[in-house]
Amino acid sequence: MPATPTNVPEPSRTDPALLRNFCIIAHIDHGKSTLADRMLQLTGVVDQRQMRAQYLDRMDIERERGITIKSQAVRLPWAPSEGEEGSGATHILNMIDTPGHVDFTYEVSRSLAACEGCILLVDAAQGIEAQTLANLYLAMENDLTIIPVLNKIDLPAAQPEKFAAELANLVGCEPEDVLKVSAKTGVGVPELLDRVVRDVPAPVGVKDAPARAMIFDSVYDAYRGVVTYVKVVDGTLGKRERIKMMSTGAAHELLEIGTNSPEMTPADGLSVGEVGYLITGVKDVRQSKVGDTITQLAKGAEEPLGGYKDPKPMVFSGLYPLDGSDYPELREALDKLQLNDAALVYEPETSAALGFGFRVGFLGLLHLEVIRERLEREFGLDLIATAPNVVYRVDMEDGTEHVVTNPSEFPTGKIDKVHEPVVRATILAPSEFIGAIMELCQTRRGTLLGMDYLSEDRVEIRYTLPLAEVVFDFFDQLKSKTRGYASLDYEPTGEQTSDLVKVDILLHGDKVDAFSAITHKDKAYAYGVRLVAKLRELIPRQNFEVPIQAAIGSRVIARETVRAIRKDVLAKCYGGDISRKRKLLEKQKEGKKRMKMVGSVEVPQDAFIAVLSSDSEGDGKAKK
Amino acid sequence: MPSALPDGEPMPQDGALPRHALTGAADRPLGFYLHVPYCATRCGYCDFNTYTATELRGSGGALASRDNYADTVVEEIRLARKVLGDDPRPVQTVFVGGGTPTLLPAADLGRMLAALRDEFGLAPGAEITTEANPESVDPRYLAELRAAGYNRVSFGMQSARQHVLKILDRTHTPGRPEACVAEARAAGFDHVNLDLIYGTPGETDDDWRASLDAATGAGPDHISAYALIVEEGTQLARRIRRGEIPMTDDDVHADRYLIAEDRLTAAGFTWYEVSNWATSQAARCRHNELYWTGADWWGAGPGAHSHVGGVRWWNVKHPGAYAQALGEGRSPGAGREVLPAEDRRVERILLELRLAAGCPLSLLAPAGARAAARALADGLLEPGPYEAGRAVLTLRGRLLADAVVRDLVD
Repeated sequence: MPATPTNVPEPSRTDPALLRNFCIIAHIDHGKSTLADRMLQLTGVVDQRQMRAQYLDRMDIERERGITIKSQAVRLPWAPSEGEEGSGATHILNMIDTPGHVDFTYEVSRSLAACEGCILLVDAAQGIEAQTLANLYLAMENDLTIIPVLNKIDLPAAQPEKFAAELANLVGCEPEDVLKVSAKTGVGVPELLDRVVRDVPAPVGVKDAPARAMIFDSVYDAYRGVVTYVKVVDGTLGKRERIKMMSTGAAHELLEIGTNSPEMTPADGLSVGEVGYLITGVKDVRQSKVGDTITQLAKGAEEPLGGYKDPKPMVFSGLYPLDGSDYPELREALDKLQLNDAALVYEPETSAALGFGFRVGFLGLLHLEVIRERLEREFGLDLIATAPNVVYRVDMEDGTEHVVTNPSEFPTGKIDKVHEPVVRATILAPSEFIGAIMELCQTRRGTLLGMDYLSEDRVEIRYTLPLAEVVFDFFDQLKSKTRGYASLDYEPTGEQTSDLVKVDILLHGDKVDAFSAITHKDKAYAYGVRLVAKLRELIPRQNFEVPIQAAIGSRVIARETVRAIRKDVLAKCYGGDISRKRKLLEKQKEGKKRMKMVGSVEVPQDAFIAVLSSDSEGDGKAKK
Repeated sequence: MPSALPDGEPMPQDGALPRHALTGAADRPLGFYLHVPYCATRCGYCDFNTYTATELRGSGGALASRDNYADTVVEEIRLARKVLGDDPRPVQTVFVGGGTPTLLPAADLGRMLAALRDEFGLAPGAEITTEANPESVDPRYLAELRAAGYNRVSFGMQSARQHVLKILDRTHTPGRPEACVAEARAAGFDHVNLDLIYGTPGETDDDWRASLDAATGAGPDHISAYALIVEEGTQLARRIRRGEIPMTDDDVHADRYLIAEDRLTAAGFTWYEVSNWATSQAARCRHNELYWTGADWWGAGPGAHSHVGGVRWWNVKHPGAYAQALGEGRSPGAGREVLPAEDRRVERILLELRLAAGCPLSLLAPAGARAAARALADGLLEPGPYEAGRAVLTLRGRLLADAVVRDLVD
């Protein structure tokens, strides 16, 4: 039942025994945000009038794409209606919202580390998905208490019995222990909150020790600077205290400390087991890194909490403004995004074909997409993004080593070995698609690790795959080959040496750096043929004949030709045509601006976009 | 549906021009274009502002009628006199186009010309042209025109081949245009033009050669040869979109153009504009040259465009609305643009580059001048004139004129 204002324990004075820190693990669209909305309403922290859908998702993109990128923590008072000891006492439930996507595994793991329990929320019409499974395993590794819940039981297509069995099997409980709710209608949600109080252990910490608080999220706010979300593991952090980041030793003044319910509410401090936010006036999330430990500056803790890692970009792409004069705006926009995204790295890069831009490192493909979309939407930039690539390590015969983040910088000369990153991919799908999935993974140079049936007709397939093969439209292919039923998760597991070569594309004899790609030797020919055929379609006829070639080193492996244009003149030109003609000319000039000069060849921006947007095995048949 | 008018600023009610439009006018020739917006039937490829009797029925009623059309145009000529005020220039060229001017009685064409003579005066040796459809004239009609003062006639021949004429919806029989030339000569016309169209779907290289030979053999002193442009919104465009008729490839157009240049040159014609050839300097169409050299012209009639001293305007399109405006003593102008210096520079380049005389390199900005040097190196500009400070297209350059213009206006 909702708590009344008088009996709600206050931050920094809450008995840890009354605290429950939990998160919700769910796949996109399985209803996590809707469930969170219901909890906000039921616990009375948001009244009916203020309620809006997906209350906690702040960024437009989050709400629109239905995904949560940044996590948050909300303090919910709840007095359980049943139970043995402490029945009726108002508990404090801290709901920690985790990002749901594979790219943000590290952030998820830090959010999980702030919890003692988690709700495993699964769509009763669809069953568990690969990313959810991956996050479930993470939760189990963190020794969290798992509360399995089926959502959307109100849907006609729901199969609660079938998926309850599947969840019970995964979590190791009885099917009847799986709660069934409808986040949409609110059915079963009070029982779920009671269950959280009953099953999730209270946090355990040392009250009188020096404070140790783990940062599980760090968000840049234009008005307040960086807002850091922490869980206090030991001791107490009081307001106006001076604190220290243990990874760097940097000291900061605490300007504000408090909890979210769900808006930021200042408090006197945060004590053992509590979750809240703090503001120090830093302007950049890299000064307040997820996973870091905060302690007092004076007489602080000696040992940081474990688990801190620097985020490491796995996927790189060149981002270039369509209009070269937007380069300063792009730099400014990246600077701003980086304030809120410690994992985003970039450095200036110049491409002969695309001009000035940046080589940007991302955690994964979604991260790339989200950043690109935000740059275009929030900053109004028109961008060309080169095909995503991974980081290669190249050993030369002379013993030197190159780290390649841009295919066009792949070294020439005598190469001894090329190392590429590999991932362990987990795919969940109905068993009828096993053949299609295995075929796809084989063509992507995968090695089967194993296969398990989750239920009679659902299977988990594990592969080792080169990351390069995954970032290049693997997910799209997987979706299309399984009619959208398969889900994918992957985690980096190291690297392997492979027989890789660089394929260059030459236009009229000039190498187009933006089209250079590193592929496996056996696939180089197909790649070259496909790309030149596609370019022939896309490059308009010029005043001269334009050969398009694909080459490995100096060896040409594919060639097409764009014939010279012979006629580009409108026949008639009367008095009444002149305005029309001048306006047409202006329009054509605009069109010309959207052309990039590659050597002497005019290439439409669309050609770059069409080639670089990871279109797959296109039939490659030229029609022109 | 005839093509759309440009966007522009509104036209003042009285049609008055900004004062600066008339500065230096004495140094520029003045011409008149008179539009006749009527056709017996609409040709499938045509997007000009013209109407058949059926199309006009019920819209605009009597106002749009062709019976009193000449009087309406005379009204506009009087308005022109008022707007141009004490401008002392006589008219150097008159061009009556359409539509089908020869759907009007010869006396009507004569009345419009007489109004120009009364209001402005015709310069000695003025070029007075009318367009004519081969099927709508006979020797008597031509004699009447000649007597009224017309000295140049332009026939829409288009092709010598029946199957090509059919695709174009032209109703005359092959051989009739050639006969018209002889009749016009007999009537005493100094200059006769034949219009040809190439690249019509279904036309072969040999069809085109036959058309050129028939045209040159008829003895005109001027030939215009236009690649068929499939304009949006025409019947022909719809038929091509539905796949009933194949679209002609640009390379075929290029081939036909080269054939035209070859045949016409052999027959004693010389190109002086991308799509125009004449047997002598005197045979060139001076009226069209006004357009191409930024001179002043007044276009009277629905949808007609005018240009005086960097101000361009255009009349309302519908004959009914046009007649109504003039009837109420208002300018029929629908909108206008006062061209800034840069637009005038761009227009000069895009128009003059199409001429055999070319455009002066001094018109080009530095980037355009660099582009001109590249065009010279690519064989698109003639080296001799380039040395002398003019950009003149080579034969290959003529076929790529629009591309060259795009580079030179930079």
